[in-house]
Amino acid sequence: MGKLYEKLILDYRIKEGLKACINCGTCTAICPAAEFYKYNPKNIVNIVQSQDDAQIEELLKGEQIWYCGECMSCVTRCPRRNAPGLVVMALRSLSIDMGYFVESEKGRQMLPLTRRMQNNILNYGYCVYPRTFHYSEHPEYGLTGKWVNENMEEVYERLGANFDGKGPGILRKIPDESLAELKAIFDQTGATRRMEIIEEASKIKAKEMGLPYDEYEKKAFEETEKDHLNR
Amino acid sequence: MIFQGKQKIWSDYQKEIPDDHWFYVRSCIRQSFFPGSEVAFLDIVCNKLGKDFFETEHHTTCGGIAYHSEALPQETMMTIIARQFALMAEHGYKNYVCSCITSFGLYTEVLEDWRTFPDLEDKIREHLWKSCRRELQKPEYLAHASDIIYKFRNEIAARAKHRLVNKFTGEPLRVVEHIGCHYSKMFPSKGVGGAEYPYVLAGMIDSWGGEVIDYPERRHCCGFGFRQYLVKANRGYSMSNTHKKFESMEPYKPDMIITNCPGCPYFMDRWQYVIAEQTGKTYGENGYGIPVFTYEEVAGLVLGYDPWDLGLQMHQVAVEPLLDKMGIKYNKEDKYKGSGGKILKMPEFPMNIKCC
Repeated sequence: MGKLYEKLILDYRIKEGLKACINCGTCTAICPAAEFYKYNPKNIVNIVQSQDDAQIEELLKGEQIWYCGECMSCVTRCPRRNAPGLVVMALRSLSIDMGYFVESEKGRQMLPLTRRMQNNILNYGYCVYPRTFHYSEHPEYGLTGKWVNENMEEVYERLGANFDGKGPGILRKIPDESLAELKAIFDQTGATRRMEIIEEASKIKAKEMGLPYDEYEKKAFEETEKDHLNR
Repeated sequence: MIFQGKQKIWSDYQKEIPDDHWFYVRSCIRQSFFPGSEVAFLDIVCNKLGKDFFETEHHTTCGGIAYHSEALPQETMMTIIARQFALMAEHGYKNYVCSCITSFGLYTEVLEDWRTFPDLEDKIREHLWKSCRRELQKPEYLAHASDIIYKFRNEIAARAKHRLVNKFTGEPLRVVEHIGCHYSKMFPSKGVGGAEYPYVLAGMIDSWGGEVIDYPERRHCCGFGFRQYLVKANRGYSMSNTHKKFESMEPYKPDMIITNCPGCPYFMDRWQYVIAEQTGKTYGENGYGIPVFTYEEVAGLVLGYDPWDLGLQMHQVAVEPLLDKMGIKYNKEDKYKGSGGKILKMPEFPMNIKCC
């Protein structure tokens, strides 16, 4: 048993998600990601089950673990009640903790993704929030989305929201004391540390790639260079 | 024979849903993209059915979208959820109902994990106390808000102003039901009808007069995929999955789609627009798309709510063809008005997908 595997099995999602894989491939057959990307959850679970550290390290530094959409369709169909999606989640967490995520293009997306998500939660108390959801970053939001962006207060008020208001209701301002509790939870449970790890590893990688940090983040968010697709 | 077999399987996956007294938590996505749905839900259950649903301004995101994007560690997500449960208990409630499917999946998973690994529950209890000085108390009952509408579907049918029937032909409307993956794919026994034959939306369609369409990719994910949508470079994944579903359902000529996850209607609505603009392909009749609704919106239409009070103007795919089929009267002039009837600048219209 290798050191990476030892770390991996501390994760409850491995305990819950990997019982005994019989390598039947049902998970790959049902997987939306396996149809779109060069992705095979059966092989990933098999590598973890083999406890081979060299192959696990390759997974942690590679693209494959970032292809899953976490829909968990694999869980319903596994004849042995494994959860390949949970195994992938544990691998992603270890890849971040080890700083290996910057070695893959899809892994480097953790910088813009974590910044956006954590800032939304800490500043507003929501994962998704209209004031940070812009048509310019989301052209698929459509022309009605653009209209909502341009008339935000009017549209939400007309529909009965309590937009940025006091008290309960849709899109209310989360009270400061509740936002402070979220910050305390982040500090206590490792979310603050996760952001620090991602920033530290990303800065080093940006330097290694010869990119200014803001350009590195933009590239990670918008560009895709390698041929990831299953075609 | 096959139908009877399905009935038998459904009966194995029925869940008991308490009648009253719920602690209600909102959805980040639903309140942002379908705010009228949460307004309609609370109006239906509280004002029309006379039930007690309580909300506190102190509840927050469950962190689910960030967690499924790996932006939060598991213990952070669990402690945020433990705080939500603590708020419920502090206000004297035992039944917990959420608007979001990602949340419902996580609440279910977290409760199951804590049951399997009591040491993990102890750890989260300690995290919650250290960070917030709150005591964890788990709910006695957990439901998704669509379970509640399902429970009261026949009461809603009894008050119906409109049914899911095509007024031009007298035939039932052909309805695609799309269940959010995290409703029951991980824990089938926690959803009405399980994962293979979920009945939570089909039950509403049956009660309200429509016909449920079965098609090959009925259980395929809408394509959200968390990081596969949130990161701009990955969005091809999201659109491809929606495209696969629409190609699969197209031959069955659906009149409408009804969903219980807040993300799915957004993606199935918006990607239809993108597919049309990129390729010229539309899936509805006469150059329109297939309108996609939340279950609250459909319940609201059945009960006679004004379409623009429900927020149907926030959809990109035009809903008017469906409103016409249901015989619902609406004022075109009011569609894009703001609060108090204020005249707003009209949105631009797409090139290839017809809008009203």
